[in-house]
Amino acid sequence: MDGIAGNKAPVVWALNISVVALVLLWLFPTLGLFVSSFRTGDQITASGWWSAMFPAEQTIQLRAADPDENRVETESGVFVVEANIFGEEAFEGELTAWATSSRNLSAFAPGDTADLGDGETLTLNADGTYIWQGNDDQISGRGQRIFIDATTPPDFTLDNYGFVLFDENNSEGMAKAFFNTLTVVIPATIIPILIAAFAAYALAWMDFPGRALLIAAVVGLLVVPLQLALIPLLSFHNSIGIGKGYLGVWLAHTGFGLPLAIYLLRNYMVGLPRDIIENAKVDGATDFQIFTKIILPLSFPALASFAIFQFLWTWNDLLVALVFLIDASGQTTVMTKQIVELLGTRGGDWEILATSAFVSIAVPLIVFFAMQKYLVRGLLAGSVK
Amino acid sequence: MHPALQGLITIIIGVGGCVGYYYGANMLLDKVLFPAKGPNAGRNINRAGMIRPWIFLFPALCLLGLYLAYPVFATLRLSFLERLPGNEYAFVGLENYTKMFAEPKFNEALLNNMLWLIVVPAASTGFGLLVAQLTDRLRWGSVAKSIIFMPMAISFVGAAVIFKLVYEARPEDVAQIGILNHLYLLFGGDAPQQWLQIPFWNSFFLMVVLIWIQTGFAMVILSAALRGIPEETIEAAIIDGANPFQIFFKIKIPQITSTIVVVWTTITIATLKVFDIVFAMTNGQWETQVLANYMYDKLFRANDWGMGSASAMIIMLLVTPILVWNVYNARKEMR
Repeated sequence: MDGIAGNKAPVVWALNISVVALVLLWLFPTLGLFVSSFRTGDQITASGWWSAMFPAEQTIQLRAADPDENRVETESGVFVVEANIFGEEAFEGELTAWATSSRNLSAFAPGDTADLGDGETLTLNADGTYIWQGNDDQISGRGQRIFIDATTPPDFTLDNYGFVLFDENNSEGMAKAFFNTLTVVIPATIIPILIAAFAAYALAWMDFPGRALLIAAVVGLLVVPLQLALIPLLSFHNSIGIGKGYLGVWLAHTGFGLPLAIYLLRNYMVGLPRDIIENAKVDGATDFQIFTKIILPLSFPALASFAIFQFLWTWNDLLVALVFLIDASGQTTVMTKQIVELLGTRGGDWEILATSAFVSIAVPLIVFFAMQKYLVRGLLAGSVK
Repeated sequence: MHPALQGLITIIIGVGGCVGYYYGANMLLDKVLFPAKGPNAGRNINRAGMIRPWIFLFPALCLLGLYLAYPVFATLRLSFLERLPGNEYAFVGLENYTKMFAEPKFNEALLNNMLWLIVVPAASTGFGLLVAQLTDRLRWGSVAKSIIFMPMAISFVGAAVIFKLVYEARPEDVAQIGILNHLYLLFGGDAPQQWLQIPFWNSFFLMVVLIWIQTGFAMVILSAALRGIPEETIEAAIIDGANPFQIFFKIKIPQITSTIVVVWTTITIATLKVFDIVFAMTNGQWETQVLANYMYDKLFRANDWGMGSASAMIIMLLVTPILVWNVYNARKEMR
């Protein structure tokens, strides 16, 4: 219905193309990291990740085998080295051209014989086997340099993930940080829901003086920056003996998550049909029974929305963990902190960085795609009234 | 004890404790203090009804008060104090503030934050609106929206790594692995650029990260708002011969202004608190400092609680108008 013009073919095409462009723009950064996490360090530095999906054309510099050890005298004065330039390993690419000098790359086709002067020759075949022959002087010293133009197929590896997640000797691995993050996240998601649900019910369906004021206070606290809480609460935690640790970070996440939880749940509960609640009251149900038997089950969508928010927020959090959890021993480091450390110590090792980052991104992405419906609902309930 | 086990026990104790508290307090109220039987049954029911809301609210109010309301005042107080050796404090009045405003790094942070506050909400809302409108009648619109919404799930730190790879610069004579430099050279740039080290413009490269994350949020909400516009208004405009641009700007936008404002302010608050992105990507070097990172520097690197608290109060001060406006609106709605 976007006007009659909206149905004309060129406009529809332009519309589709511009959306495709936007989607690609949004997808490319993540895709780059994802692809890089499956490449070796050498591959990452040799070419951009966007070329990793296609066969790569590259020039490889190799050397013929050590002549002094491998040469064979066939007839008097003629020495020959016969071997495969790629060694024992099978070469998966395709050899397209080769040369013996970097000044004249791609000079020969596979199967050609290069004349190296004074009767010295080199023949290289497409499968990598070569015959290099000449006199005693020529076939000695170091092996002849050979420049190969080869097309290599896309090559991906899972080694990075093995190294980052399962290598016991890797002190910068993500396995421990992963479990630490999980340890922070689960209680920090469940406990605020429970506390907020009761408070939200009281604010939605119970009548008492000061209710409007409390709701306004919750709305106000919704935007208080948690930066203000850092020093006062850290001193408070130290003074009651919690110090830095899991208990502190659980409490902090619970406190910081409560305003949104109460706000979302109250908004949802207010919208539940009044009849159900009043009928239950007439039937003699107490508020506690109404809450546990009627309100809680009916509020499941709102509970799920908030659970996702709180999960994503605590999983992705860096600041609260830095301040309330991670002590000097570093035993309780979380993934976000570990990645920041890696950015400092291994800034150029993109295979490690990309893989570590992706390990931490993967779980929220799965949750996101699995529960997107509830996330969208929660966003709408939390923002648009 | 293994932390995972500790976590499990905490869940059990935490959840069990909460359930136990609510159930127990409720039982105490109904069965022991004010039983709904005997000579005073009616009076008792009323009294129990007066107390019960506070039982339901008590844990939440405690945590809200302690973790959000008290720190505002404690930080305000700290911002007027100077910490002396031996856990002593001395009242210094506004000295922390005057010292802070004299610091070039603070002014840089304040200026950068202002720039962030203008660019990020505007760009995120703009892009969000654009995508919401473009995908509205598209058959594969929901897939497109999903992908643009996806960065929402990615942590700021993860996004920082993602964009560091985008901005990566390598020496001129080897292959570029950062896509931005690759495209820059492809379209006629002369040499690879260290994007994050170009003063002034590097802040924009950091902002791109937040815009990339926040656009999805704006899109989801604005898309729902666009769907909520009554069809008749659009049909009437079509019959009157309005073109698509007129429909969009003169019919649709005016009807979703209040939603745009909500989205704008929500992103503004997120922008004000931006910390992780700067912390992970430049740590405030090359003139990219922002308030939240400046505050972290003061609190935990310089260990200057007075100035750290003062800069936190500046963030609070910048949030306050939005806070007041939100509360005002919420009260208006409830009436």
